[in-house]
Amino acid sequence: MPSLKDLKLRIESIKSTRKITKAMQMVAAAKLRRAQEAAEMSRPYAERFNAVLGGLAAAAKDAGDAPKLLAGTGSDQVHLLVVMTSERGLCGGFNSSIVRMARARIAELQGAGKSVKILTVGKKGREQLKREYGDLMIDHVDLSGVKRLGYEDARSVAQGVIERFDNGEFDVATIFFNRFVSVINQEPTATQIIPASFETDKGEGAAGPATVYDYEPGEGAILKELLPRGVATQIFSALLENAASEQGARMSAMDNATRNAGEMIDKLTIEFNRSRQAVITNELIEIISGAEAL
Amino acid sequence: MADTMQFDLVSPERRLASIAATAVKLPGAEGDMTAMPGHAPVITTLRPGVVRVEGPEGEAEFMVTGGFAEINAAGTSVLAERAMPVSEVTSEILDEIVAENARAREAATDEEHDMLTKVAAELVALGEELGISVKGIG
Repeated sequence: MPSLKDLKLRIESIKSTRKITKAMQMVAAAKLRRAQEAAEMSRPYAERFNAVLGGLAAAAKDAGDAPKLLAGTGSDQVHLLVVMTSERGLCGGFNSSIVRMARARIAELQGAGKSVKILTVGKKGREQLKREYGDLMIDHVDLSGVKRLGYEDARSVAQGVIERFDNGEFDVATIFFNRFVSVINQEPTATQIIPASFETDKGEGAAGPATVYDYEPGEGAILKELLPRGVATQIFSALLENAASEQGARMSAMDNATRNAGEMIDKLTIEFNRSRQAVITNELIEIISGAEAL
Repeated sequence: MADTMQFDLVSPERRLASIAATAVKLPGAEGDMTAMPGHAPVITTLRPGVVRVEGPEGEAEFMVTGGFAEINAAGTSVLAERAMPVSEVTSEILDEIVAENARAREAATDEEHDMLTKVAAELVALGEELGISVKGIG
């Protein structure tokens, strides 16, 4: 049975924890709004870019002279997994869900006899994967110094990936990130970025032949220039989705924590009052029995 | 024929402009071109330069450092990696872009090197056009 003083101290400490989680929740809410705005701002670019690139890619595939970034190396022996996680913790299952998905994929690929390389973006994913797959990690991108995610950050990640691809270090690259669905729902997603695949391709058949464009310079030259940017664009939107998801996850995790702290405080307060009453009753009994003994 | 068309300028980070235009002058990779309503569909890459938009509400100028433009009968969209209104361009920004280019050239292969050298020259020319001094290129 904890003493009155102990209970009081515990209540105080939980109260200050609640203040912290409450503050974190509000900070996350503000950051979430900004991250969501950023994600929305980037959407027109990504959509148009993919539409143009999708058209070009389809044409090049038909012509059979697609660059390697589009057509692949012709093998799928070596896989590169780009695992994007957050730089900070205290965001619920956000990082674990990505890592779990990546782990499942690694096991599946290794089971099929493929070799796997891992590139991590964000500290938390690296920490979680290092224990098991430390020897598969080839690089880590640190974004902890980045306050506001910019396209430049995505471009440097993309550049690194493309360089490795050009050096023949891997055949297929997949990015893992959390797609932002809502504040309480983030969906771990894996997207293949090299060889490039385009979602827009599907709808094209139904819409009839697209407008026939003239290309300046030639189609091949444009495609060659656009494909690396396509990789960067995909990484950029993934990073933004991830940032929004992280804040959403943190917000709901901190909301839960705040509520739990509140419940705990209520419980402890009841216990505190009970034992205070018990102490008073005890003292009364002692006084009364003392008086009776006289 | 419609006398205006839709002009969109988007960068990965935000949409810079979405306005009606009567003519758009673009710094195409193979020469400047002006797109007007009803233009034949063209997709062209851009070199660093100024995109000049004329519309019913006056003129607007944007600096782009590359990217591409999609022109069709209904409108023109410019997708630029980096773009900003000309009035916001300072010599610091241009210097930074030139320095970035120089770093990229060091790491580049021969083929890319030529291309990047050309881009660097375009950047200096762009600075002159805007009346902004740019540090020399090495």
